[in-house]
Amino acid sequence: MINLEFVINTLSLGSLYALLAVGLVLVYGILKLVNFAYGEYLMVAGYAIYLSAIVGAPWWATLIIAVAASMLVSFLTEIAAFRPVRTKSMDALLVTSFAVSIFLQNVVLLAVSPRARAVPLPDFFSKTVVIGGAVLPLRNLLIIATTAVVLALLSFLMKKTVLGMAMRAAADKFTTTRLMGVPANFVISAAFLISGFLAGVAGIFWVGRSGSVDPLTGAAPLLIAFIATVMGGMNSPIGAVVGGFVYGLLFNILSITLPASMISYRDAFMFAIVVLFLLFRPEGIIRRGYTEERVG
Amino acid sequence: MTTPMLKVDDIHASYGAVRALHGISLEVNEGEVVALLGINGAGKSTTLKSITGVLRPTSGSVTFLGEDITSRSPEKIVKRGISLVPEGREIFGALTVEENLRLGAFASYHRDRYKADLKEMFELFPILEERFHQPGGLLSGGEQQMLAIARALMAHPKLLMLDEPSLGLSPAITDDVFALITSLRERGLTILLVEQNAERALEVVDKAYLLANGLVEVSGTADDIKKKVDIASVYLGGEDAEGGEVQL
Repeated sequence: MINLEFVINTLSLGSLYALLAVGLVLVYGILKLVNFAYGEYLMVAGYAIYLSAIVGAPWWATLIIAVAASMLVSFLTEIAAFRPVRTKSMDALLVTSFAVSIFLQNVVLLAVSPRARAVPLPDFFSKTVVIGGAVLPLRNLLIIATTAVVLALLSFLMKKTVLGMAMRAAADKFTTTRLMGVPANFVISAAFLISGFLAGVAGIFWVGRSGSVDPLTGAAPLLIAFIATVMGGMNSPIGAVVGGFVYGLLFNILSITLPASMISYRDAFMFAIVVLFLLFRPEGIIRRGYTEERVG
Repeated sequence: MTTPMLKVDDIHASYGAVRALHGISLEVNEGEVVALLGINGAGKSTTLKSITGVLRPTSGSVTFLGEDITSRSPEKIVKRGISLVPEGREIFGALTVEENLRLGAFASYHRDRYKADLKEMFELFPILEERFHQPGGLLSGGEQQMLAIARALMAHPKLLMLDEPSLGLSPAITDDVFALITSLRERGLTILLVEQNAERALEVVDKAYLLANGLVEVSGTADDIKKKVDIASVYLGGEDAEGGEVQL
C-alpha cells in the first residue's frame, strides 16, 4: 500500500497543510492571537485569480497578484482592525478576528456573488506526470517544491536576518524586545505580511484543487491550519510544519484504510484521533518554545 | 545649577485599579550613580517602568536631557539613550548570545562600530565570547545577568538602569555585579540602580532614594542615608518596615 504515489500525495498534502499552519502560527507567536480571519486571506487569493483571469492577465502575473492580494489584505486588516484593540484584551482581539473574517466573507459576497466562481489556473496545474509507473498530478510535485523553497526562505529570514531575530525575540518576550528599540508595530506588521504571503501561496494551491472559489472557501483551510498547529505545538513554526505533515499523513492513511462505506466519516475519525492525541500530549508534538507573555 | 540628566516629576501610576506610585520625584545628574531602595512593592520597578515607557504614568512627567519623554513608547525612549537591564534578566532564551547582543545594538546600530563594541563586551565579560554561539537560555543565572548588562550596553546608553541586578545570584556573582557597576561608574556612565541589597548598593552610589508605598520616603547622599536610616530595620521587617515608616 505504501508506494510512490502514496508518498508523493502525502508529501504534497502535508506541504500544503504545513504552509497553512506556519502562516497561522507566525502571528500567534507574536500576538498570541489565533487569527480566525486567516482562512479569508486564502479566499482573497482565490478571488484575485478569478479577477485577474477576467482582465486577461498572464498566468505568472496572476500568481503574483494572488499572493500580493493576500499580503495586502493581511497587512490592512492588522492596521485597521487588530492594531486598535491590541492593547485592550485577549478576548477583544479574538472577537475582532471573527469580525474581520465575517466582514471579508460579506465583502466578496456582495461585491462578486454568493455563488462559487471558477478559478482558471495555468494548464500545467492540471497536467499529470508518470514517475516509476505512478501517475501523479504535476500540481502535487509543484506544491512540494514550492513549500520546500518557501520554508527555506522563511528559515533564512528568521535565523539570519535582524528582522527574523526581532520576530523570534518578540514571540518570546514582547516587551523586552521593545526595550531593545524594536518597534512593536514593525514586527507585528512583518508577521502579518509574511502570514499573508504564506496564505497567498497556499491559497493558489488550495483553490487549484477544486478550481473554484466562493465566500466560504476560507473555512476549511483555517480549520486545518488550526488543528495542525495545535497538534504540532503552537509555540514554533517547526511545530506547525510537523503538525501539517502529520495531519496530511493521517488524512491519507485514513483515506486508504477506511472501507468505502466509512469514507464519508473520515473527518470524524480524523478529529477523534486528534482529540485522543491531545488528551495525552496537550502541548503538541514539539514542546519547547515561547513564554506566554502577550502584547500589551 | 546644571539641569539634571533625568528628572522624574511627581509621577503617579497604577496597574488597573491598583495605584502603585503616589507622586515620585527624583533627579539623576550626568555621571551620577543613583539607587532606588525599598522593600518589595515600594514602587521601585514601577518607577523604572514609567521611565522606560512600559507603563504610562497617570500624571506627572519624565524629562530626559531636557526633553519630555513622558508616555513615549519604549522603543523611542531607548533610542534617546536610556537602556534597562530588566528584573529577572529577560534574556531571549531561544536566541544565541550573539543574537541577544545584536538586538541589544538595535537601537543605535552602526556597522563600523559594532565589531569593536562586541570586542569591548568580550573584555568586560569574557564568558560571553566563550558562549557566543549558545542559546541564551542555556546560560547560568550569573552569565545571563552579564549578558543582560552587555545587551543593554550595546545600545550605547547615556543612562543605564539596572533593576535588581543581584537578585537570585550567588554572593560571588553579586560581588562581580557590584564591581562592574563601580567600573562602569569610573568610565563616567550614569546609572540608576534598583536594589534590595541596600547596604551593598549604598557602597557604590552617590545618591539614593528610599521608597515606601509608592512615595519617596527619604533621599540624600549615600552617607546621609546611612546616617539617617537604620537600613536593617527597613529590610529585615519589624513594624517600621510594615508601616512604611523609617527610623530617623
